[in-house]
Amino acid sequence: MFGRSERADVTSVGPSAVKIVISGGFGVGKTTFIGAISEIEPLVTEAAMTERSVGVDDASLLAHKTTTTVALDFGRITLDRSLILYLFGTPGQERFDFLWDDLATGALGAVIIADTRRIEDCYPVLDYFEDKETPFIVAVNDFDGADLFDLDEVREALGVNDSIPIVHSDARDRESVKEVLVALIEQVLLQRVA
Amino acid sequence: MRGDEDEPRLPDPRMIPVAHPQPWFEPQSWGGDSDHSVATGQSATDEGDGAFVRPFIVTRGRTRPLHDGLRIETLVEARPAALSAPLHFEQRQIVELAQRPVSVAEVAAKLGVPLGVARVLIADLYTGKYISLHEPTELPVHVIERIRDLVRAL
Repeated sequence: MFGRSERADVTSVGPSAVKIVISGGFGVGKTTFIGAISEIEPLVTEAAMTERSVGVDDASLLAHKTTTTVALDFGRITLDRSLILYLFGTPGQERFDFLWDDLATGALGAVIIADTRRIEDCYPVLDYFEDKETPFIVAVNDFDGADLFDLDEVREALGVNDSIPIVHSDARDRESVKEVLVALIEQVLLQRVA
Repeated sequence: MRGDEDEPRLPDPRMIPVAHPQPWFEPQSWGGDSDHSVATGQSATDEGDGAFVRPFIVTRGRTRPLHDGLRIETLVEARPAALSAPLHFEQRQIVELAQRPVSVAEVAAKLGVPLGVARVLIADLYTGKYISLHEPTELPVHVIERIRDLVRAL
């Protein structure tokens, strides 16, 4: 009909999407981080809990709920004619593992945002990305007025390896967000050549 | 050190107590930080007013896409002939959105349907040859370097 073979339209030439996951505990500034650099207002989409999730979720939670949904938000940055970067924020609830896998699979890397007032909130997130072997860095979100913790202290509290960069960031500031993303991509490259 | 009675001294992160301290700021006040991650249990429209539409009604109940492996970032691009094709409302919307490459996640968000529904609709369009898909591939190092440089130059 279009004079092409059936599979010819699935191709690696043409535009490609790059995905970076923005993660961290609840309310840590993920949406703000995405919004600081996205060319569109962060969009929200819903993933309905379908039969696929029953296996990983607590079945008792689903007993009467066929329409349980979880929202995830994301931003878009058109880097050039052929490269589009998507930033996906993870939902905070641990029990939506199935969605996390959708987010993490094929991701270039992850930024884990940490809040020094609730540092333990990102432990499950660290575990997840370590298990997945997704390259990541930790961005300590410096809220106004929050004590600036020494990054070595943060490293100790998080128990992350020296090879994982930990940087200060301000999720509201575009330049700061950019620096964090560049630091992540450097880390991805480092792990790639290692 | 200045004694400050209004704000309790922040604990060392290694000694954070089990109970979370009251946040001293309102996240909403400086830029609408809202992690939309609270499980709503039931969606907002699902409360007794009869307006709730089961999400998979637009796929006639099908939850399995005809084409597997659609990731949230897979790009969807309409083929030229698709605009004049006789399509259902949601499919036409997708074709209009996909006049330039858009991700599966964007399609879902802009149509206001869950990801699972968007996947079924997009797979149908793909099977009908109305759209092409750009599936993500493993990026070579030189492309990653280019991404880094482009992000730096933003």
